[in-house]
Amino acid sequence: MKILVPVKRVIDYNVKIRVNSEGSAVETNNVKMSMNPFDEIAVEEAVRLKEAGKAEEIIITSVGDKGSQETIRTAFAMGGDRGIHILNDSNTEPLAVAKILKYIVDKEGIDLVILGKQAIDDDSNQTGQMLAALLNWPQATFASKVEVNSSELKVTREIDGGLETLKLNLPCVITTDLRLNEPRYASLPNIMKAKKKQIIEMPISDTGVDSSPRLETLKVEEPAVRSGGRKVADVDELINVLKEEVGII
Amino acid sequence: MALDDNSFSIFLDTIKKFVDNKLIPREQEVEDTNSIPIDIVREMKDIGLFGISIPTKYGGSNLSMEQEVKLTFELGRASPAFRSMAGTNIGIGSQTIVMAGTDKQKNKYLPKFSTGDIIGSFALTEPDSGSDAMSIKTTAKKKGNEYIINGTKRYITNAPIAGVFSVMAKTKDEKSSSSISCFLVDSDLPGITLGKPDKKMGQRGALTSDIIFDNCIVKEDALLGGREGIGFTTAMRVLDKGRLHISGICVGLSERLLNEALKFATSRKQFNEEISNFQLIQSMIADSKAEILAAKGLIISTATMRDKGKNVTLESSCAKLFCSEILGKIADRAVQIHGGAGYMSEYAVERLYRDARLFRIYEGTSQIQQLIIARETIKNFKA
Repeated sequence: MKILVPVKRVIDYNVKIRVNSEGSAVETNNVKMSMNPFDEIAVEEAVRLKEAGKAEEIIITSVGDKGSQETIRTAFAMGGDRGIHILNDSNTEPLAVAKILKYIVDKEGIDLVILGKQAIDDDSNQTGQMLAALLNWPQATFASKVEVNSSELKVTREIDGGLETLKLNLPCVITTDLRLNEPRYASLPNIMKAKKKQIIEMPISDTGVDSSPRLETLKVEEPAVRSGGRKVADVDELINVLKEEVGII
Repeated sequence: MALDDNSFSIFLDTIKKFVDNKLIPREQEVEDTNSIPIDIVREMKDIGLFGISIPTKYGGSNLSMEQEVKLTFELGRASPAFRSMAGTNIGIGSQTIVMAGTDKQKNKYLPKFSTGDIIGSFALTEPDSGSDAMSIKTTAKKKGNEYIINGTKRYITNAPIAGVFSVMAKTKDEKSSSSISCFLVDSDLPGITLGKPDKKMGQRGALTSDIIFDNCIVKEDALLGGREGIGFTTAMRVLDKGRLHISGICVGLSERLLNEALKFATSRKQFNEEISNFQLIQSMIADSKAEILAAKGLIISTATMRDKGKNVTLESSCAKLFCSEILGKIADRAVQIHGGAGYMSEYAVERLYRDARLFRIYEGTSQIQQLIIARETIKNFKA
């Protein structure tokens, strides 16, 4: 089995996000970047499948600027085997990413794609689903448990109010939820081994995918600052305030 | 060859996450049990922490000094006991062998030091010999193709868990550096007794104890570098590196303490205001921040000098002195900002304050650093 794990380079989850001065996007200049945490879980799951003898090769891919190669290398240090970097300096929307992934899946003969359910920067939560549709493959999203028996997969997914267990056949698409696993650390010995692993760089134009934006961002704003609450003495005062000041009753 | 920047930045991320997610949450456990949890030690080994300063040929990753100190800025944010576990393998335990060991000694020990399978421990200090290191009394008498070691070593870090001791012993009578040799003594040899682990003010979990050698017989090939009289001078050459490492840990711990103080100061209210709004609190925050940045600059510049092959005896002593002294001040302020809460074990600053005290004492006291700095400065002036 050949597994494809797409990884996205996003602002590190520890960084306090700021809107840029034009109010058009989140500020990314001089901000620490790292692998989308859901993608780390996807890499970990793929590596575990390989360690269990259920997969032969893990291909890591990323769509983005030069910096994405560092993210691919991080995935190598966790256990990815080789990388494909699709170079694109501007933002790539989920549909275009899904089309690029389809291109790689077809080219490489992939059996299983494991993706993070969403990226923590735009929270789109679309790419995995779009990819499954484009490939006409079964999909199991928000996976919290994955069991592989030859060509059959049992996936437990987290849904509103409980768990749902799906049975699906390869080839298929899985997107990971937070509780699927705890990703390993990129150890120094593995980081050093990762240096020898190959990344193929490919300009986005080579994939034949039209990545021109279909969405336009009008405005990006900071969340409204919460104004302080106040204490009232009793129920009567509360009702009075709601009537007279807030005007909701 | 040091690690390339890209690989190093991935590793630094690993260490940051490890410190935040694994080490800091387990600090109280270390304090309560006076030991580092086995699973944490396992992970430290897996991550590759034990081998950072050992050549790649022997399974290490051979970080540059600049990389090593950047790593200590992160590692230092957690209880110093964690660092201490790998500290002797990173520092003086391995570096004497890297610098002066025979090929056979390197092959025997360094690969196991890199993986952490063996903990190395450096034994210089004695009951009657601390700062006056050259006055040690432990002796190694040659008999045929063996040496017989007798004497007592004191406060030896990691002695209770070490697989091998680098023991400084006199091979000649007169008081001179060339009378002192270094022996790589496997800890399971007959004639070695360990004292009880010392009860210390802080840094619980970092074990130290006496080592007593009573007619302990070692083979000739245990002599570092196969030559008598090079032990002490080698150790002194390794110290520059150790002092920079410790300086980096001091800065990491200072940042942690300031961070704890900031967390408290921005949530604690008095007179209906966050106490961080008060200028007397702000003064302590400002001084701490300025000192941390100055310390970082001094360390990085000295580390890059050392990477270029320059002698940094003066600079690394300045770093050790400055960084451990500011740590003392910052630890004190962090407790002060916490007020009464800072005196309670419930808050991390109470423990870190005790941990911090050691840094002005070990790896050369502040006073010894002052002597070195003055000696070098005057020598340079006269030259």
